[in-house]
Amino acid sequence: MSARFERFTGTMAPLPIQNVDTDQIIPASYLKVTDRSGLASGLFCRWRYRDGDPEGERNAGFVLNQPQHQNARILLAGDNFGCGSSREHAPWALVGYGFRAVISTSFADIFRSNALKNGLLVVPVTGEVSAALFDAVAADPATRVTIDLESRTLSLPDGGEAAFDVDPFARRCLLDGTDQLGYLLKQAAAIGAFEAEHPSRLDTRSA
Amino acid sequence: MTSASTRTLFEKIWRRHLVTAGERGLPATLFVDLHLVHEVTSPQAFTALAERGLTVRRPDLTLATMDHSTPTDPSIDDAKLRVLDPEGSAQLDQLQANCERHGIPLYAMGDERRGIVHVIGPELGATQPGMTVVCGDSHTSTHGAVGALAFGIGTSEVGHVLATQCLLQHRPNTYEVQVDGSLPEGVVAKDIILAVIAKLGIGGGTGHVFEYTGEAIRALDMEGRMTVCNMSIEGGARAGLIAPDEVTFDYLEGRPMAPSGEAWEAALEDWRSLPTDEGATYDRTTTIDGSALEPMVTYGTNPGMAIPIAGAIPEDRTIEPEKRASFLKALEYMALEPGQQLQGKPIDVVFVGSCTNSRYSDLLAAANVLRGRKVADGLRVLVVPGSDAVKRQAERDGLAQVFVDAGAEWREAGCSMCLAMNGDQLAPGQYAVSTSNRNFEGRQGAGGRTFLASPLTAAASAITGRVTDVREVLS
Ligand code: SF4
Repeated sequence: MSARFERFTGTMAPLPIQNVDTDQIIPASYLKVTDRSGLASGLFCRWRYRDGDPEGERNAGFVLNQPQHQNARILLAGDNFGCGSSREHAPWALVGYGFRAVISTSFADIFRSNALKNGLLVVPVTGEVSAALFDAVAADPATRVTIDLESRTLSLPDGGEAAFDVDPFARRCLLDGTDQLGYLLKQAAAIGAFEAEHPSRLDTRSA
Repeated sequence: MTSASTRTLFEKIWRRHLVTAGERGLPATLFVDLHLVHEVTSPQAFTALAERGLTVRRPDLTLATMDHSTPTDPSIDDAKLRVLDPEGSAQLDQLQANCERHGIPLYAMGDERRGIVHVIGPELGATQPGMTVVCGDSHTSTHGAVGALAFGIGTSEVGHVLATQCLLQHRPNTYEVQVDGSLPEGVVAKDIILAVIAKLGIGGGTGHVFEYTGEAIRALDMEGRMTVCNMSIEGGARAGLIAPDEVTFDYLEGRPMAPSGEAWEAALEDWRSLPTDEGATYDRTTTIDGSALEPMVTYGTNPGMAIPIAGAIPEDRTIEPEKRASFLKALEYMALEPGQQLQGKPIDVVFVGSCTNSRYSDLLAAANVLRGRKVADGLRVLVVPGSDAVKRQAERDGLAQVFVDAGAEWREAGCSMCLAMNGDQLAPGQYAVSTSNRNFEGRQGAGGRTFLASPLTAAASAITGRVTDVREVLS
């Protein structure tokens, strides 16, 4: 799948919780799908709904249920977002819901890698910038920021800018809308040469 | 910095697998020696292949099993499962169809080689020193115990490996976790890793590969080493490694997929060259005194929130201000108070299982505590072996009978209550002492509350129906 991202301006949904794990983003009961459908309704469902059930009553206090954050397409989260399980269902659920980016001070490795493959931009910021963004959203939920992947900058509500780091290869792929599998497939000759030089000790069909 | 002539175990494995080194911001192309596959994270990857008309490049380096959503209740057969769990059952069917189509060996329900993916890899001798091993599962770090570079990947990457046997990776940093001394009575591998995570924090290893060194690690048997490496990801590290040694070689020799005869001798010579060279350095290092460790138990909703079992939950004023809200949120979920002791806390369920602690030695440790004793009244105790082979061995050696006599449920192999996908789950509000690896909110069932601990602690708690220090039961 090819995913694109260039620049996005929008409001933020604040989730000031640290260590949001992928079990919270999408619980295991949603992992029985064989495609990517239906995941958006499971997004944060244990926090979004009283009994964790999308058919049931909503938790009015949870950010995604608050009217002022209904249209937010950027998630502003606490440290170490996306820790835990490797499930790619987590970025699928976030993208399915409509999120385009997650801003946090840090991301778990596997989540970061999965997100970037699905057009969900992970934007790492300093603690200071994060705190300023949380304050700005608290003061005015309509606060907008712009994430520019080409220049790797986040425009801040106070008019300033914050540069952010992103894997240059993933960035190129997102800007061009090319996918990583295509890039790997082009290396078939080098892979074949490697295989010829490194015979395997294993044959999984042997036991 | 490591000089050119001295390298760490990680660097040696990394370099051996570079198809292209990757430079100027481009990732390296890393060859994968073993790709493990299970039902939950693979369907969309096979679909991606089909959409592009691609085939699986190396089915001979790929191995599939069914573990995450499989029933562990022996009375549930295929036909019943279709009724009870049509979605889960369809996912298993799809794995079967995908494997048949691409010639990938699959250990389906009823196959005596079947088990949790991270239990069967080493058990079959498929995971070997110096290899790169990946799986669409974060606990792939387990296989690092044999000295393999093993890490979890997402489903897109599962597709990459199926199609090309390679992965695009940036080189992670290295982190030496040295555990000195010898462990006191009642303290086991699980307590080491819980203490490591409590010390480093659950994001402490992000961007790094752990290498566990030191006397306490060397003294562990292979299964204990797997327990330690298994939870590397809980410390934020995608992989954890332990240098191969005689313990490793003794473990592997004679296993079905391990080399044999001359190939074994050649492999041994190669494997002996893998350990980190004298003088090589790591990007980061930490040291833990193993002789000062105690049995550990978690109190919160991530694996870093752990305390020595005789200790108390921290007071909120001791928590850094910016972490306090998350700390209190976790305690609210757990219905616990700052400063509270966990020991003596009544529980509803004990779960012995998961890729962390479901191997023979784990079950043996639990059985030794339970032998001749009874599970507390009203407590549910689930013992779920990690593989069919573990199950058979435990039945042959009488461990299963010990569990049954004590009043525990003896189940079929699978992930079971570790992630509660298959119906084995906590009811809302219930407390469990669990030998698994994640105590996230709802991980073991919506509203369920998990105390992570060792098989010894779990067994001791099973007898009393409360969080219990195994040293008191043993003395
Ligand atoms: S036992 Fe638990 S952690 Fe291990 S592979 Fe299964 S679900 Fe994942």
